[in-house]
Parts: sequence; C-alpha cells; structure tokens
Amino acid sequence: MSATDPHHATHRTIEAVWRIESPRLIAGLTRLVRDIARAEDLAQDALVAALEQWPQSGIPDNPGAWLMATAKHRAIDYLRRNTRLETKLAELAPEIAEKEQAVPDYVTAIDDNVGDDLLRLVFISCHPILSTDAQLALTLRMLGGLTTDEIARAFLVPEPTIAQRIVRAKRTLTESRVPFEVPRGPELDARLVSVLKVIYLIFNEGYSATAGDDWLRPTLCEEALRLGRILANLVPNEPEAHGLVALMEIQASRAKARTTPTGEPILLLDQNRTHWDQLLIHRGLAALQHAEQLSDNQHRNSGPYTLQAAIAACHARATTAEATDWPRMAALYETLTRRTPSPIIELNRAVAVAMASGPQAGLDIVDQLTNEPSLKNYHLLPSVRGDLLTKLNRHTEAQIEFARAATLTRNTRERDLLLKRAQECTQSSQTLPRE
Amino acid sequence: MRFMVIFKANADSEKGALPDPQGIADMNKFTDELLEAGVVLGYEGLHPSSKGARVHFSGNNRTVIDGPFAETKELIGGFYLWQVKSLEEAIEWVKRVPNCSPTGEGEVEIRQVFEPEDFAYAFSEEGIQQEKNLRAQLAAQAAKR
Repeated sequence: MSATDPHHATHRTIEAVWRIESPRLIAGLTRLVRDIARAEDLAQDALVAALEQWPQSGIPDNPGAWLMATAKHRAIDYLRRNTRLETKLAELAPEIAEKEQAVPDYVTAIDDNVGDDLLRLVFISCHPILSTDAQLALTLRMLGGLTTDEIARAFLVPEPTIAQRIVRAKRTLTESRVPFEVPRGPELDARLVSVLKVIYLIFNEGYSATAGDDWLRPTLCEEALRLGRILANLVPNEPEAHGLVALMEIQASRAKARTTPTGEPILLLDQNRTHWDQLLIHRGLAALQHAEQLSDNQHRNSGPYTLQAAIAACHARATTAEATDWPRMAALYETLTRRTPSPIIELNRAVAVAMASGPQAGLDIVDQLTNEPSLKNYHLLPSVRGDLLTKLNRHTEAQIEFARAATLTRNTRERDLLLKRAQECTQSSQTLPRE
Repeated sequence: MRFMVIFKANADSEKGALPDPQGIADMNKFTDELLEAGVVLGYEGLHPSSKGARVHFSGNNRTVIDGPFAETKELIGGFYLWQVKSLEEAIEWVKRVPNCSPTGEGEVEIRQVFEPEDFAYAFSEEGIQQEKNLRAQLAAQAAKR
C-alpha cells in the first residue's frame, strides 16, 4: 500500500488516535463497569468498530467521544445481559440512564473525573497484589497502548507468555475485588512506590538495550519518560514523581553518547559530552529543582529517586569530566546510602569519595565491601579496587584485582580492557628505564 | 520521534496584540492536555518581527535588516517541540489545536526533528570509512576512462 492510499493512511491515523485516547477510554470504562478486563474488552470493541467504520466515514471530529459513546453502548448491552444486572444498574443507572437521554452529554460525561480515572488506572495496573512482571505488562498495555506483541518484543519474552500474564493479571484483580479507588494519604505514598518502580523498570529495560536488539527495546525509554511525565502531572505535589522524571530525563540525555559506532559501551567519564542532549538535561534539571522545592515545602527529606537524580545532575552540569563536582556527589551518595543502604551504592560512593578526597579515602570504603556476599561475583568491585590501588602505586596488588575482574565479566570488550590494565600494572611494577 | 510544530504569525501577533482572554484560555487548556499526555518537550512564543532582525548573506558580505518583515503569513509566531510515535500522532494532536486566529483562518506546520541516529551512520567510523572507499572506487574508475 502506498503512503497516499487513503485506507493505509486512515489505519495509521486510527493507530495514532488510539495511542492518544485509549488510556482515558479504558480508565473511564473501568470506572463505569468496575472490571478492568471488561473495560479493556469494551475499549477493544470500540477500536474494532472504528477500524471498520472510519475508513468510510472519515475520522470523527471528536474521536475520543465517538470511541467512548460506542464503548458505553456496548457496556449497557453487557450490563443488561449480566445476571447481577439489578445491582449494577442500581449502582450505575443514575449515571448511564441519564446520559442515555441526550447523546451529546456523553461528551461532557467523558470529561468528568478524567484526571482521577487515569490515576486510578495507573494505581490498578501497578497494584501490589500483582507480580512485578504482571505490573509491567499491564501498565504498558493499559497506559502505553502497546500491543501484546510489542510488549513481548520489548522484554525479549515470547508473546503467549505476555498474553497469559495480562489475562491472569486482570483475572487476579477482578477475583480479589481490588477496590477501584485512588489511594489517599499514607496508602498513596506506599502505592506510589510501586508505580515509580514499574516506570523505572521499563526505563531500565530500554536503557539496557544493545545494538542488534529489536529496535522496539530502546523506545521503552521514551515510553517510560512519557508515563513518568503523565504521572508527574497527575500527582503534581509528589516530589518523587518529579524526581523520577528528572532521573530519567538526565539518563536519557546520555543515550547517544553511550556506545561506539559498533555498539560497545563507553564509560560515562569517557563519553563525548557534546553528544549529551541538552534539551533533556535542561528538562531534567528543572524537574529536579521542582522535586527538591516540593520536598522542602513539605518538610520532607528528598526521596531516593530525587537523590539519584541529584547525583546524575552532578554529571550533567559538568561540561567536562574534570569539572564534575565530586564532593557534592560524595555527599549525595552518603545521604542516599543512609536512605536506601546497598553495597552497590556504597561502591559508587567510594568512587566519588576517591575523586573528591583521594584514592586512599575511596579505598577505605571499598575495603569494607570485600566480603559483601552480594558483590562476590560483581566485576566492578575488583575493577574499582584495582583502579584505586593503581593510583596509590600499589601495582602488584592492582594487577591481581584487574585479572580477577576480567574473569568476572562476560562482556568481551570489558574483559579485554581489564586484562590490558592488568598488563599495564605488570609493566609499571617493573622499574625499567625508558628509552 | 520528535517534531517541531510551528505556528505562523498573523496581523495581530505582528502588532504585538495579545489574543483575547478566551483564546489564551483555550490555548492554555490545550497545552495542559499535551502536558498531561507527556508529549511536550518544550514550547515558546516569539515576539513580533519588529523586535527581531535578519542577516543577509552574499559571499563574504553580511547585511543586517531590521524587522518588521512583510510576509506575515510566512513568519513564525511560536512553536512546540513534541515527542510522539509518528507523524500521524503529531497530526492528530495538531487537529485539536483551538482555532485562535482572528480571521478564522490559520496554518500550523509540522516538521520532523533530526535526531543523532539519523546522522549516526553517516558520521560513524564505519560510515566515514565506507564513504572514503566509495570515493576511492569512483576516482579509480574515473582514472581508467
């Protein structure tokens, strides 16, 4: 089909309309029928109707209203056939029966509670009763509008697995009668943590994509950013929502500088910073400032995402690696490790401290981690230790660390790099006169 | 994909006259919808061309021409920068822009923004080498004739 073929063009346009309208559509229907599986089915029915009719009739002026009206008609049919129809109609009759009277009122009815509807859908998709895998799939499906196939390709998982995951997730939500209300107060804070986690997991999945992977995988970063921005708009007073957006914007700003033309990773300090996306950095720094301001206003400490964003911002603000504010970063890592203690954060802190206060200070921290079980096979631990030992002219010990690190990494380029550093240590520890 | 969405100027914007309050409210509401959808990367409004200037290039010569400029319809009044999945999605959003034009007629242009991967191959080591090889081949062929 040529690009000018009207049917082809309409199909792509309908896809675009679906991407814009489907989250609100599903969210509104979920409120109506109180059943997420049914809501999605009704939404899909409306899409099928659109695909059948719009190529002939053209895209309606208000496509969202058209889809909602179509879905609502089917909702009423469904409710009429449902044996629990008496109770349901009693609950919903005021809303639906009234709206049935005047069709144009569907339009205004859609706009009511739209913000709440979408937020409700966000929290349902990330409900703690679901496994993380299920939360991921459901969120990308309901809020991202991705097809099952797209989700499967993005996560390198067979399509039937994703399909099953989504079906089971919806069934779990229905059977456990999860309340369809937006959580408030302390419950909101706890539930928000799940949502932020899911969005950041989507981002990281995209960020970890390598050259040669399905082209869809890196687009997960954009999906996550979009979801994060949507969330920040829905809960504008939550500092961590803005903190997460800040972190993702800044990380995404480095996307084009992270790999060589042949797809090999480049360490952050070695990246060509002219390839860092300044628009995203600008947005990230603005979101970070907003998050920190909100935390201040609410007399709360910065949460982990805001802290991680602040650390990322230290890199982003530095026009060269040498210009990095290492003392500030070391202090931020210290705060972060107190909030969410983790050996990996400690290791990163050691690197920052070494840059700020000299290699011995960093080594003192790393030496505390040598017996840490979770870092036993983590190649960066001996790699960092080797680097610090080199800076302290303890070349024999450094060589052992680099050699060990080389055995722990599966990445061939990294292994070659580490072996090279090990070899350089051997050369340095031999005091040969230079030519 | 990123798109620049360009709003053309009109007689009112060139006079520096603000649109009526309803127009402003409608546009703000539209921007809010875009923000809620997570697609906006940035947006700016531009002062009338009377506050701007042009620099004309002719060889090594540079001539400065002060605004205002005559062809109002071709002038830019403001722009958005959007992140969306396709041109069709950008078009669908633009169709929802409220018509704030004083005459009822107006135009919004959509242009795709170049992103590094569009250049990636051309400026990659591999790409540059391939380009060199091709040129060498062509030169060799030309020399044979």
